[in-house]
Amino acid sequence: MTTQRFMLGTAATVAALMGTTALAQDAETITIGGLATLEGPFAGPGEDGLRGVELAIEEFGGEIAGHPIEFITASSDGNPDVALESARRLVEQDGADILVGPLSGSEGIRIAQYAKEQPGTTFLNGGSAAIETTLVDPAENFFRFNTEGAQWTSPLGEYVVNERGWDNIVIVSEDYSFPYAQIFGFMATYCEAGGTVQDKYFTPVGNNDYSSVIAQLPLEAGEVDGMYVVLGGSDAVNFLSQYAQMGGQLPIVGGTNVTDQTVLTTQGPARELLPGILSSGPVSDNAELEAWQEFTQRYQDYFGDEGLPSPSLFASNYYTNTKAALLALQEVEGDLSNDHEALNEALSNLEFTSPTGTVSLNENRQATAAIYINEVVEQEDGSLALEPLERIENVDQYLGLDREAYMELGLPSRDNPSCPS
Amino acid sequence: MIETLADINWRLFAIVTLNGLTLASLYFIVASGFSLIFGLMRVVNMAHGSLYLLGAYVGFEVSEATGSWIVGILAAGLVVAAAGAALQVSILSWMQGQDLRQALATIGVSIVAADLMLAQWGGSAYQIALPDAVSTFVPVPVAGRYAMARLMLIGFALVIGIALWLILNRTRIGMLIRAGVDDRRMLEAMGVNVPLVFVGVFAIGAGLAGMAGVVGGSVLSVSPGEDARYLLSSLIVVIVGGMGSIPGAAIGALLVAMAETYGLAYTPTYGIVYTFAIMVAVLAVRPQGLLGRAA
Repeated sequence: MTTQRFMLGTAATVAALMGTTALAQDAETITIGGLATLEGPFAGPGEDGLRGVELAIEEFGGEIAGHPIEFITASSDGNPDVALESARRLVEQDGADILVGPLSGSEGIRIAQYAKEQPGTTFLNGGSAAIETTLVDPAENFFRFNTEGAQWTSPLGEYVVNERGWDNIVIVSEDYSFPYAQIFGFMATYCEAGGTVQDKYFTPVGNNDYSSVIAQLPLEAGEVDGMYVVLGGSDAVNFLSQYAQMGGQLPIVGGTNVTDQTVLTTQGPARELLPGILSSGPVSDNAELEAWQEFTQRYQDYFGDEGLPSPSLFASNYYTNTKAALLALQEVEGDLSNDHEALNEALSNLEFTSPTGTVSLNENRQATAAIYINEVVEQEDGSLALEPLERIENVDQYLGLDREAYMELGLPSRDNPSCPS
Repeated sequence: MIETLADINWRLFAIVTLNGLTLASLYFIVASGFSLIFGLMRVVNMAHGSLYLLGAYVGFEVSEATGSWIVGILAAGLVVAAAGAALQVSILSWMQGQDLRQALATIGVSIVAADLMLAQWGGSAYQIALPDAVSTFVPVPVAGRYAMARLMLIGFALVIGIALWLILNRTRIGMLIRAGVDDRRMLEAMGVNVPLVFVGVFAIGAGLAGMAGVVGGSVLSVSPGEDARYLLSSLIVVIVGGMGSIPGAAIGALLVAMAETYGLAYTPTYGIVYTFAIMVAVLAVRPQGLLGRAA
């Protein structure tokens, strides 16, 4: 046993040492680096994101035009500095030709900046969805084939005013760029339709005791019609459980991550609050779309019990971005010469059918695609899933405005936008 | 108008104070084990957070299987105590007295343990189901009503604190431990099997972390990353309160948790800044901690 372990250890060390040189000699291999949060509050989403990458590579049989694809991974914890360090390792040490990632909003902004320093590498977003990543001084070699946070939520704001008759809400949110984007998109149409926001409560990512915030929230509907919750991963689980434990019953509309499969599969008090939550986002578990059902089937066949009952938002986004890279690689037959000139060109013009329908890029290399308004429902087998209420086609980066009108709204922050009661 | 405003503020203040107390209770249970181990053996056990997380996961599995929360917390305490004893016997006893090497070794253990637990339990958050009897609300003056589970947590911390105090001050084992803290060599010279005492203390400290894991996993939740979080909070609590002192751990836990909760309620996002400000202040004025003795 000890000898065996020693042998394995030695082998691993030797392999690690040889890794870089071996790659340099074998120009045929194309290395894809996957970057996701395997630690911290978004560990669940990160794990499922990488499943998406694996699934896409497997779909192409692990090779493109005779070039074997090598898949390596690195982890972050939601912190932009850690993400940057991991991206550096993948690109500069492990020689990744293509990087797929990161997962979290602020990480994405940092990696898109880093992309400018590395013109010889092609960057595809993973799951991150802050607005700034592809809006403010976007990098030529950073492509985002998933829609972003504001696109996901803009149809929902209008919907809760018109269909549910809400006009006064409170917002509970994590305090960084992605939730800002979600609130920005939501409030853009919500305030326009006549809604007001009484208060916003921001909490640090990875906060674990929400009781002090909950103490300030109404426990049932009254003056306030409902609460808009923009939390992800274990943050969402913690908040909802504690709100339920305190007897809270205010109707909830959720940010996209709140109703993701990574949260819907939780057990315990949080689960009681989940059925009936409205949310919006790029995926819907029960969408009748053929491409989605095929994707779900392949995900379930490939991962079985290891995966989630239905692929999460993150699996879908990582898959879509990886698939875009592989389709473009196929088109240029693996030609990576001249700082990936041909590949980047092919990516810019790529249009294909993702699990959630047709996706294409605009001049900022940001996706335009369909968005769903969903409701969480309990299925016959007892599991929770997103049931589509409405599908809105072709939601673009500027939320249907022209570029100038959109830029005038300013960048999202804690205080922008605001529409107090 | 002013009356309602004042009314709301007092209610909020009362609830936030109770929240601070419950968080302090949790910090105290975790940090007391950490402090106990350091006090006797001078081991800065950087794997203490991993023991917390392991306890939470074991508690989750056992209470799911048996349907009993009590069995879950007992099993977690025992399993993690055994894991702690094993850590002491198999790794740390080989480098007794070499503080830095031991600290580094426990960092290694914590990294390996974190990955093993991620492989076993995955990345999603679990919640340990509390018995129905405590999933209720109790009327509390000013605050209105408050979750029974959280009040129970305060009671649990009091029981642990008193039990530890009694063991340390009123029993022979406690006498041995206190003697060991003061003069390890003299104790050895008097014929006491010090390595055995070490293993015992390590087991108690680890068991406390394991039980805290179940409590934390019931009132809050369990997920990867909690290990680092509770290690950090234990370190701060013990630095503020004084290394090796149980009353110190209690005071440290109170200060740190109160700063965090009031911070989050009244000046969101800056909660963590206050915690470190307290630590810096203590280190500047009284480096050995509030109740610590100069080394």
